[in-house]
Amino acid sequence: MVNEILFWLLAAFALLGGIGLITSRSPIYCVLYAIVSFFCLAGLFLTLGAEFLAVIQIIVYAGAIMVLFLFVIMLLNLSEEDMEARDMTTGRAFAYILGLVFLAELLYAFGSFPELGIAYTGPFTGKVEPLGEQLLTQYLFPFEMISVVLLAALMGAMAIAKKHKA
Amino acid sequence: MNPQEHLYYYLAVSAALFMLGMVGVLIRRNAIIVFLCIELMLNAVNLSLVAFSSYLNDPTGTMLVFFVMCVAAAEAVVGLAIIIAMFRNRESVNISDINIFKW
Repeated sequence: MVNEILFWLLAAFALLGGIGLITSRSPIYCVLYAIVSFFCLAGLFLTLGAEFLAVIQIIVYAGAIMVLFLFVIMLLNLSEEDMEARDMTTGRAFAYILGLVFLAELLYAFGSFPELGIAYTGPFTGKVEPLGEQLLTQYLFPFEMISVVLLAALMGAMAIAKKHKA
Repeated sequence: MNPQEHLYYYLAVSAALFMLGMVGVLIRRNAIIVFLCIELMLNAVNLSLVAFSSYLNDPTGTMLVFFVMCVAAAEAVVGLAIIIAMFRNRESVNISDINIFKW
């Protein structure tokens, strides 16, 4: 019961954060709304029993990536004229309609899931111990490759953002 | 709630978040916000992966989410570097101004 109330609260705030993200004019507010949304997603992971991912979600997404976004926005020092107008153009109205149609389609598709008869085999515990063991046995190769990806991203980002002499 | 309904609600939230991210990409013109919306879509997909992982009691989905998060971090760094480079060249992050590839 507590879990249910928690789910509805977290889901509502995650969606409100998403709505704020796509509607507020200032980029800083957009990032703050995104942080709300990502925190609520971490809570949803907890209600699903994925404790490890909830912690990683807060550290990596709500922490590191969003701080990076805030840094970049402050670094770029955008002026008032960079804020967007919010008038309803045909393109925007079309985008909203497309979004609603897409959502209806997805919900309809998910509604047919019980008919597939895939059995429930939970409950699930995403504790650190079994996941860490799997990471260093079955998923050892991708785990090592991820470090290469991160190193490449690091060097690539420095090369791209560096000031080039014209 | 029985487990199936439970899964359905999580998938519905995931779909709604994905939809919000998609609409955001379509309606916003600020490159940073478009990029944030892409992150939101990645997170929405992560939620559905974790929901299935929990439903099937299979850690594979959780591992996949772990790797998606790592790649998303790398992608965020490179994407923001590109936005900084773009701002240096054009003094703008409005994607309507960056249209060399348009024609």
